[in-house]
Amino acid sequence: MTSRRTSIVAAACLVVSLTASILLLHHIDEIRPRATIADVLYISSPKILKRASLGFDGLMACIYWTRTVQYFGHRHFLRSHTYHELAPLLEITTALDPHMVPAYEFGASFLAPAPPNGAGEPVRAIELMQYGIQHNPDNWHLYYDLGFVYYTELKDYKRAAAVFDQGSRIPNAHPFLKILAAQMAEHASEYSTARMLWTATYESSSDTHIRQNALEHLRAIRVDEDVTNLEQAVARFEQANGRAPANLWELAAAEHLTELAVDPDGAPYELSFDGRVQVAEPDNFPFITKGLPPGYKPGPPKFHTKG
Amino acid sequence: MSARILYIASNTFREAVRDRVLYNLIAFALLLSGAAIFVSQISIEIERLVVVNLGLTAVSLFGIIIAIFIGIGLVSKEIEKRTLYTVLSRPVRRWEFIVGKFFGLAGTLAVNTFFMAIGVFGALLYVTREFSKPDAFILVALYFIVLQFLIICSLALLFSSFSTPLLAAVFAFSLFVIGSFADDLRGFASMAHGAARWFATAAAYLVPNFSSLNVISAVAHQQPVSLQLIVQNTLYALFYTAMALSGAVLIFERRNLK
Repeated sequence: MTSRRTSIVAAACLVVSLTASILLLHHIDEIRPRATIADVLYISSPKILKRASLGFDGLMACIYWTRTVQYFGHRHFLRSHTYHELAPLLEITTALDPHMVPAYEFGASFLAPAPPNGAGEPVRAIELMQYGIQHNPDNWHLYYDLGFVYYTELKDYKRAAAVFDQGSRIPNAHPFLKILAAQMAEHASEYSTARMLWTATYESSSDTHIRQNALEHLRAIRVDEDVTNLEQAVARFEQANGRAPANLWELAAAEHLTELAVDPDGAPYELSFDGRVQVAEPDNFPFITKGLPPGYKPGPPKFHTKG
Repeated sequence: MSARILYIASNTFREAVRDRVLYNLIAFALLLSGAAIFVSQISIEIERLVVVNLGLTAVSLFGIIIAIFIGIGLVSKEIEKRTLYTVLSRPVRRWEFIVGKFFGLAGTLAVNTFFMAIGVFGALLYVTREFSKPDAFILVALYFIVLQFLIICSLALLFSSFSTPLLAAVFAFSLFVIGSFADDLRGFASMAHGAARWFATAAAYLVPNFSSLNVISAVAHQQPVSLQLIVQNTLYALFYTAMALSGAVLIFERRNLK
């Protein structure tokens, strides 16, 4: 009986202590300044990390890749303009496991774009991709991604064409690579080339994140192209009438159009009093470069699956 | 194998099971199922890589820890409990005792690895929905891990035949760490000159080469493992194990147990 009583008291103590410790920790977390552990690289040398992993470098690479994704995702969500640890994290991940292809593919798209969509480090993105190609020469995706960075971030058509061409020679390469190489060589229209690149990205990947990102870029390209066309129409109207159109209906009538131009979500574009064309809901188009209201500050990124 | 060795081996296996060694399978199952379920939520496109890398690393580390901590106590515990005298008073030779203990521990680890392998393939099926041909190379990686266990078991027995359990654990674990750096040791030897070169070369060939027995990263990327490597690694592990066991027998035969 005494033993049973002791067991009951011990079990009660266990539950009470556990609950109390969890509640206390919760309160301590609230009063303590936020830890910055995610932003600290305790060991920055890939060589030391490789040796310290005692041969289990594959698992270590997975851990570092997850850390990279978390680091980028967190800062991207905060619309941060600095990603100081991104390149070192990617360097460590790929040094630990040079065959981890997602680290190159996603890593380049994290590094290359200008902030807040990326770290704004296209040169390091190129170095990363070149390292990836060196270790995975038969993977055409890496050539595609490298050409992508040359084209989108550096506008280096010559190098982009050369890389796409190189990739197109790999067995089982996507047929888009040959077309892209030709388009780069002849400096085809920006929008059609960009559309083809993102369509190729969408079609060649089975990853939902990549496909969703490609879809968002395709939506943004359509908006940018629409806004460019509408602004050209506004300019034509101003030249012909000596004033800006009062609204988009007037513009549509002047252009002999039967309906108003709408964005990919089906919302009509808006025309400001000074003749600027803009989208109704800029938050729905995180990658557009045109049609943004003056002084617009983007909120946290949100993705849509609508085509 | 003589009946006496088999008897000692089966007793060692039973003792390990009684010591709840196989409870590590629960921790392993939790680790792997957790990784399989949660990794897709916190990372991108590495679900398969994580399951294979984490699964095989866990199989390896759990096994090495068991091999060292059980192996170092195999001889000393029998001396402490004075059960060794009962065993040796029967028609059992000292070498049979050592070899039986080795097979008992190796058997425990093989059974443990078998159940863990089922866990690895189960988690893999969960994340990939289907098996592909290159997944068969995971079996090769598991086989190499078992070969590592044979070496570690024999080393733990070797050290426990003349040393205290604590020191034997330190020695065995140190050799595991040094053996993981065997390739670096060879690289160092090729750069050194004179006596240092000889010393480093000798050390590189004397310590067990665990790096050649580690193909986890390769199979995680579905890269093939050559038959030549399988055969040569098997022979290497068998010879090394035989060498360490012979050393353990030699020392134990001369040990004063009074």
